[in-house]
Amino acid sequence: MKNSPKISAQDLDFYYGDSQALFGISLDFNENRVTALIGPSGCGKSTLLRCLNRMNDLIAYSRAEGKVLLDGNDVYDPSVDVVALRRHVGMVFQKPNPFPKTIYENVAYGLRVNGIKNRDFLADRVETSLKQAALWDEVKERLNDSALGLSGGQQQRLCIARALAVEPEVLLMDEPASALDPISTQKIEELIHALKKTYTIIIVTHNMQQAARVSDITAFFYLGKLIEADRTETLFTRPKLQQTSDYITGRFG
Amino acid sequence: MNKVNHKNGVQTRRKVIQGAMFSLFRVSAAINGAALLVVVYFLVAKGWHAINWTFLSQPPIDSMTRGGILPCIVGTLCLCLGAILVALPIGVASAIYLNEYARPGRIVRLIRLGINNLAGVPSVVFGLFGLAFFVVYLEMGVSILAGSLTLGLLTLPVIIGSTEEALRAVPDTYREASLGLGATKWQTIYRVVLPGALPGILTGTILGISRAAGETAPIMFTAAVFYTPSLPTSIFDEIMALPYHIYVLATAGTDIEATRPLQYGTALVLIALVLGLNLIAIIYRSRLRKKR
Repeated sequence: MKNSPKISAQDLDFYYGDSQALFGISLDFNENRVTALIGPSGCGKSTLLRCLNRMNDLIAYSRAEGKVLLDGNDVYDPSVDVVALRRHVGMVFQKPNPFPKTIYENVAYGLRVNGIKNRDFLADRVETSLKQAALWDEVKERLNDSALGLSGGQQQRLCIARALAVEPEVLLMDEPASALDPISTQKIEELIHALKKTYTIIIVTHNMQQAARVSDITAFFYLGKLIEADRTETLFTRPKLQQTSDYITGRFG
Repeated sequence: MNKVNHKNGVQTRRKVIQGAMFSLFRVSAAINGAALLVVVYFLVAKGWHAINWTFLSQPPIDSMTRGGILPCIVGTLCLCLGAILVALPIGVASAIYLNEYARPGRIVRLIRLGINNLAGVPSVVFGLFGLAFFVVYLEMGVSILAGSLTLGLLTLPVIIGSTEEALRAVPDTYREASLGLGATKWQTIYRVVLPGALPGILTGTILGISRAAGETAPIMFTAAVFYTPSLPTSIFDEIMALPYHIYVLATAGTDIEATRPLQYGTALVLIALVLGLNLIAIIYRSRLRKKR
């Protein structure tokens, strides 16, 4: 049964100055599924991810051509409020980046900037998000401690909780476990598996085994082009293109 | 055997040159430190016996040959406060604009050029400008207001420079995280960047104050006078100030030799203020750097 695409790229080109980084990307991301973007360094997978919530807007002299549709609406339309978009499409970064604030304030941050002040509501949402991120039990006694005192794996789960607190519909994860030890990585992967029931998740990873473990759909990129995208199992066992097969078997990378 | 000897010769020569260079550097550093020590020692030796509670809390009497420098201390503090009230908001706002909002381009480069040139303007030129513009044209008269505005302009590049440095030190990754959660740019600055930059801004402020405290030329035409009978009650009042008092006593007073002890005393108070502020800023800054 095919799910409707929650978010999709349509014929998307992206330029850093004069240099083109993405060439005509068309890719659907299905609702409540995990899609993994894989490919060698510099292939454009992170660039594509950052187009989906228009984080690339921060880069001077960059531009996107084509469309990114969220629920059928083009997010690059001039009338779109980028700030509101980013509430619906959340992001977790490669290196954990909790604010130098308390654990509580980190998770509450997204809610506060959206104008929510009610203490009970905030406390409730903070607890829910920390539970969703499988961090609640470890921090519930010390919510007022600095977030920087947590371990790397805990910090990353905190960042996930922080992103979840604003209840986005799509969650973008840019190599979320690459800076973490294997045990933390495993916890994050379990988390992703649990979260996909509620969220649409797109994850960039340079680790093919992780892509195979975690995703439903995998898309392989090379030099800014989408080479092949298919159900994960199919892509890894019976890829349609030689280039895909070469990358997966490690002939290049 | 020849090869080994030749090698030894080259090695020795290199070592001697290196030793000589290091000695040169050490001597230069020592001269720096020594210069400061000599100045401080000189002032302390000559001015120490002029310092007492009367000196610090009473106005001058007997044509400045006796009494104290209370109005000068008050005047200098007023000017410092005024200068910071002018320079801090404008400086921090400018730094935020330059660092967070402005897109790299010709306009930004022009603004930076302007700021750098402002930093290089001789202080007496600031004084003349203050006289012509604030005192005369805007009819503020010789006043705390005119002096503060002039000193504020002088302090502005210091504030902008240290604020920009503090803003740059806040990692971009915090900004990204904030924007990624659906915050506006201003919210990001207000909630994450500024709090992170605050210690650096504070350090710059202290350094700015210490700079403003010691300047003579900008206040000579705009705020400071030789003598005023009472402490200031409004921002349109003229005031006495520490650096100007030293200048006046040493050059134009009615009895220069008799006032010599008070000159040194005043200089000692001023340098204690300036060095004290600088020391606070430096210690605070080095503690910050250790934390990072």
